[in-house]
Amino acid sequence: MQNKTEENLLVVENLTMEFASPRRFLEKQKPSVRAVNDISFTVKEGETFGLVGESGCGKTTLGKCIIRLLKPANGKIFFNADGEMKDLLTLDHEDSFKFRKKLQIVFQDPYAALNPQHTIMEAFDEPMRIHGIGGGDKEKRKELIAMSLERVNLQPDYMYRYPHEFSGGQRQRICVAKALVLEPKLIVCDEPVSALDVSIQAQLLNLMRKLQKELGLTFIFIAHDLSVVHYMSDRIGVMYLGNMVELAEADALYSHTMHPYTEALLSAIPVPVYQGKHDRIILEGDVPSPMYPPSGCPFHPRCSRCMAVCKQSKPRLEEKANGHFVACHLFDEE
Amino acid sequence: MAEKDYILKVDDLKTEFKVGKRVVHAVNGVSFNVERGKILCIVGESGCGKSQTVHSILQLLAENGYIAGGSVEYFKKGANKPQVLSSYSRNSKKIRAIRGKEIAMIFQDPMSTLNPVYTVGRQIMEMLLKHERISKKEAKARIMQLLNDLEIPTPEVRYDQYPHEFSGGMKQRIMVAIAMICNPDILIADEPTTALDVTIQAQILDLIRKMQQEHGTSVIFITHNMGVVAEIADDVAVMYMGRIVEQGTVKQVFTNPQHPYTKALMRSVPVMGMDKARALDTIEGTTPDASTVFHGCEFADRCTYATEACFNRFPIDTIIEDGHRVRCLLFEEGEQNAE
Repeated sequence: MQNKTEENLLVVENLTMEFASPRRFLEKQKPSVRAVNDISFTVKEGETFGLVGESGCGKTTLGKCIIRLLKPANGKIFFNADGEMKDLLTLDHEDSFKFRKKLQIVFQDPYAALNPQHTIMEAFDEPMRIHGIGGGDKEKRKELIAMSLERVNLQPDYMYRYPHEFSGGQRQRICVAKALVLEPKLIVCDEPVSALDVSIQAQLLNLMRKLQKELGLTFIFIAHDLSVVHYMSDRIGVMYLGNMVELAEADALYSHTMHPYTEALLSAIPVPVYQGKHDRIILEGDVPSPMYPPSGCPFHPRCSRCMAVCKQSKPRLEEKANGHFVACHLFDEE
Repeated sequence: MAEKDYILKVDDLKTEFKVGKRVVHAVNGVSFNVERGKILCIVGESGCGKSQTVHSILQLLAENGYIAGGSVEYFKKGANKPQVLSSYSRNSKKIRAIRGKEIAMIFQDPMSTLNPVYTVGRQIMEMLLKHERISKKEAKARIMQLLNDLEIPTPEVRYDQYPHEFSGGMKQRIMVAIAMICNPDILIADEPTTALDVTIQAQILDLIRKMQQEHGTSVIFITHNMGVVAEIADDVAVMYMGRIVEQGTVKQVFTNPQHPYTKALMRSVPVMGMDKARALDTIEGTTPDASTVFHGCEFADRCTYATEACFNRFPIDTIIEDGHRVRCLLFEEGEQNAE
């Protein structure tokens, strides 16, 4: 947060990701699922960009597209390589190899993210060897692993242990250390704390903020818990059914909420403060199936302020205040 | 002060598990009362024994688990003598007559609790026919009525559908339906919203509160989320390592938390609108292994206020004010000084 510059590290333009539905025997081909629908945003160097939304809104898919675990159907992802913006999707094999170590990911489930048959050292060593970190010197690499473990408040000799010897919180710290060891510029954190208990969650969030400050990292922080995202992020994008519906500075999103969905999301968060009986906006129904999205605005079937135009035309994400983007017909100018 | 109308009294409940040669004390002397028509929230982190406490009430413990001491008394409306649930054996007719009929339960994961090969209608019907002597036609009419009350759209269609055709939130509604169909006195909800999105969680919380108000059901609600507690509870019990460390009304616990663990739990979660420059308060270390042997307060080694005495002496419950109890040495000593 402190190292925030005005320079863009990542520019995502019109990104679309589709998954084809598997066709079963004697079955009609179902429409493909558009998990990420024409999304554009930028991430500045040194900032934390939060992505928030309910399950199935495409936030994880978007994260995976950015680090190229998935190949998007359409769109461009520019990454700043020493002042020069390069499109990650058009790079040849050799170039993309160079970029991979600059983009790392921390997954949601620390139990599934570490291979149970590898010691921590083996798990760390493989990507380092492949990317030539430590110059092919095994002792040097060991030193770097030890350093990286110390950075996340774990003892260096833990590297000889296996994942099952660690608790959930420790494993997640190991995952963070593993991402750091390749000296990345951008880390996509995909729900890093949702599998952890609250007391452990706070430890990890503090640690991540400290590391960001020390190492000048840029985070894309994905979570379903808006209060966690708000705490961690400088700017936040709210997603619904594959679309970005609102994008703003974290504090502006909270104090000047525009989109009805964000409003409902904020209202639904249970606050650990005694406030007696009070009213909340309770959304009706479920998120529609992304296979058969509603016409017009994707949120209109659940929206309390739905108008006729919402059913027909889909609102575009437009800047309505300084740096505050929203996709909603309520803010259309006549 | 008039005696409160309690529906369930749990006194010094101890539940143990045999794991190989070791004995794990999952629930270690837990006492609480549930007032008729109120919602009691049991809150704590994973492994604190909150689920095992309520499983003990209904004798739903795993094979290697058993109640090692204490009692669970259920006061049925109109009955002058309590039924001592902890004295029933786990498969006895007596406890089976209570499970589902008098005390019903909703589990955390609706995906794995519903049987995938039966229609949901049949699964709700099964509960009703087991406990009441009515015809299938009457039963169906009652189920339809309940599904309507639970705001399930098109119940006629939904009745004949299978669990995979339901979304997570809808499945949890069906679980509420199965639990509520016999109109139980007590509803036990074991983390019913943990697997759900926030907007769906708000719907289910609203629904449970509505059911409780309309049917006068008492609810024991288990959660790890302090926000949910503030939202729904009348009374709160905070658990750590198999013991209740603090209990009181929701107002007492939230406006005047006393135990260091309760305070830490509340401050360790980010809240919208908080000062973002501030680091979150953390509880150092991790929850100890359940088989650890303690000579003093279980929380002592993670507690910032711990003194030497905390490691060597077990704290006992201290009453802060009417109904507000804390299990911490800090307050015991305060009391002694005052004398």
